[in-house]
Amino acid sequence: MSRILVTEERCKGCLLCTTVCPVSIIRQSERINQQGYKVAEVGADDMGKCTGCTSCATICPDMAIEVWRSKKQKKVA
Amino acid sequence: MAKAKTAPKAAPAATAAAKKTAARKAAAPKTAAQKAAGQKAAGQKTAGDEELVFTRPDSLVDRATHYCPGCHHGIAHRMVAELLDEMDLAGRTVAASSIGCSVFLYNYIKADTVESPHGRAPAVATGIKRARPDKFVFTYQGDGDLASIGMAEIMHAANRGERITVVFVNNTVYGMTGGQMAPTTLIGQKTTTCPGGRCKDNEGSPIRMAEIISQLGGTAFCARGSLDSVKNIRQAKKYMRQAFEAQTKGLGFGFVELLSGCPTNWRLSPVAANKRITDEMIPYFPLGVYKELEGDGTCGSLIAPGTASGGAGEGK
Amino acid sequence: MAGKNERIFVKGNEAIAMGAMDAGCRCFFGYPITPQNDIPEFMSKAMPASGGEFVQAESEVAAANMLLGAGACGVRAMTSSSSPGMSLKQEAISYMAGSDIPAVIVNMNRGGPGLGDIGPSQGDYYQSTRGGGHGDYRLLVLAPSSAQEAYDMTHQAFDLAFAYRSPVLILGDAIIGQMKEPIVRCAPTLADPAEGKEWRLEGTAAGLKAKQKPRAHRIIKSLFLMDGELAGQNMKLQAKYNHWKNLVEFETFEVKDAELVVVAFGSIGRIAKNAVRQLRKQGKKVGLFRPKTLYPFPEKALAKLAKEGKRFLTIEHNLGQMVDDVRLAVRRDADSDLFCVYPGNMPSPDDFVAPILRALGRK
Repeated sequence: MSRILVTEERCKGCLLCTTVCPVSIIRQSERINQQGYKVAEVGADDMGKCTGCTSCATICPDMAIEVWRSKKQKKVA
Repeated sequence: MAKAKTAPKAAPAATAAAKKTAARKAAAPKTAAQKAAGQKAAGQKTAGDEELVFTRPDSLVDRATHYCPGCHHGIAHRMVAELLDEMDLAGRTVAASSIGCSVFLYNYIKADTVESPHGRAPAVATGIKRARPDKFVFTYQGDGDLASIGMAEIMHAANRGERITVVFVNNTVYGMTGGQMAPTTLIGQKTTTCPGGRCKDNEGSPIRMAEIISQLGGTAFCARGSLDSVKNIRQAKKYMRQAFEAQTKGLGFGFVELLSGCPTNWRLSPVAANKRITDEMIPYFPLGVYKELEGDGTCGSLIAPGTASGGAGEGK
Repeated sequence: MAGKNERIFVKGNEAIAMGAMDAGCRCFFGYPITPQNDIPEFMSKAMPASGGEFVQAESEVAAANMLLGAGACGVRAMTSSSSPGMSLKQEAISYMAGSDIPAVIVNMNRGGPGLGDIGPSQGDYYQSTRGGGHGDYRLLVLAPSSAQEAYDMTHQAFDLAFAYRSPVLILGDAIIGQMKEPIVRCAPTLADPAEGKEWRLEGTAAGLKAKQKPRAHRIIKSLFLMDGELAGQNMKLQAKYNHWKNLVEFETFEVKDAELVVVAFGSIGRIAKNAVRQLRKQGKKVGLFRPKTLYPFPEKALAKLAKEGKRFLTIEHNLGQMVDDVRLAVRRDADSDLFCVYPGNMPSPDDFVAPILRALGRK
């Protein structure tokens, strides 16, 4: 399975990630970080749906998302 | 190496769903670059049966940026840093930063950097490259810097075919000074110095830099990409790579324009700002490769396969 | 190339270019403007021939910024211009001063203001000695009065620029630049490859040598926004400028028993010297004081002469600029008269005789 890791202190709550997730699992949380932004999150129940496509990380302007992908899913080049 | 000689079609007025589809499609066949990045990251970090496929490139400083939420400078910075790593350029890079929001480029990218006066980065980069031809030299400039006060410097650096690369971030406003009209401000767009909206009769038309630069003799690669969608970002990075290669292969001047959002000065939410790029900017600033030379860089070896394939006319 | 101690007959402009070549200058960035054109023309041949780089820039603005880029890499580089072009170079000069970038800049002063004329003038004295651009900074300013001095000073300027990480200005004029005179060149030297190693931009070496940790990336900048940062930079600059006071150079001629000391620099200093020589033949107790460094200004030496009871006449090719510095230097014990040659007029020694006698007669 794949998953993303949001560095909440870097998130500026722009929500661009939420618009590009192909399985629509990223949402705005109610947590406010030190900078005063409501950070993005993936609900615990939804993380299993993550495909590891890296779209959210690609569009994140703040390098706040890391993407982990299970090795089994790694496509052979 | 990924080559893109044809322009991607201007994205249609995208619904969120359409964007998602596009993103999924784009995500499936990975580019060589991404594979390299992924492998590099994987080489660094694996945990159990997982591998880290997207993380901070080594050349990007690990710190929060001063940019506003939704500002695309962060994406452009990351692309530059990724390419410096992927192309093994980081250790021999000297950058010329510019004036504007990106004046702090040197706080984010681990490259030796000299600050240039407003608009002069291509001249400064010329000085660097002539003094140290063995270095990889790039500038990173906004539209106020490059297309207004620095018009002479960018035109002549391109025309001389300086072996430098210019990353041009076009967000249609002077961002750092508070959202004044820029040379690329769209007709009708309201800014703090054209509060009634830019009027062609009074302020002239928005300048299309990629088209202009592509017409100059020393330009080896010139393209316009956009940072509004995952697909466009990935394409833009390919363009940036080609603009870097124009220099590393000694072909000539490399130029990549990046349509970017400035939610703060556009008075839009980041999501709405991205939609504005799709709906309003891309139709006026068509994406694609405007010039691409091939050859080994020696006199007479350079050919332009076809001419400008990008753009294909204005508007839709 | 001339052999050792061989005298060659060249224009002052060419002497400057040769001085730069012999000091190991590797890059020249120029733009045409009279009366300095011989310098870029010479360099356009000499630079490529020696493996260096010559660029005719799109403007003086760009030329000065190219100089900034080359200087930031620790490479010996130069630009030259003449008054209207110098106005355009001020932007980059201010940035270079603010970010401690070494460079050599030549101004062959012509008449102004505006387009003025293409003849000699010293109208850029204020601009040269007060920095010239925005912000509070100074340049080391060297003022030659002959082709030989133009050669020597340009040669020296590169060492000074790198010793102090600062732009250095050679202030000549159309007379110095266009007049042909014999000079003797010294043996050409190459710049030390390690010059500027501690600060120059050349890449972090990341990934280039395995197992070697890349150094932190270097930033050369003049933007200092953090609390106290800019004040710190300005204090550093002031300390540098204070240190320059040791570099003062000047020529004196017949001042020992002089009642009146004529103060003049550059080409005017040389013309005034001939006038002083003439008057000495008539038994008049006059002498000449010629600053060779305009900044730092030789104020201590002038103050000493004032203390000895001498009086002063400043002669310059402008409406009176250096006279301010002379008056400041001698203010405790004396004053200075002023004789202006208006830019647009070409003076001869005879023109100075009457004003010197007038000042001598005034008690």
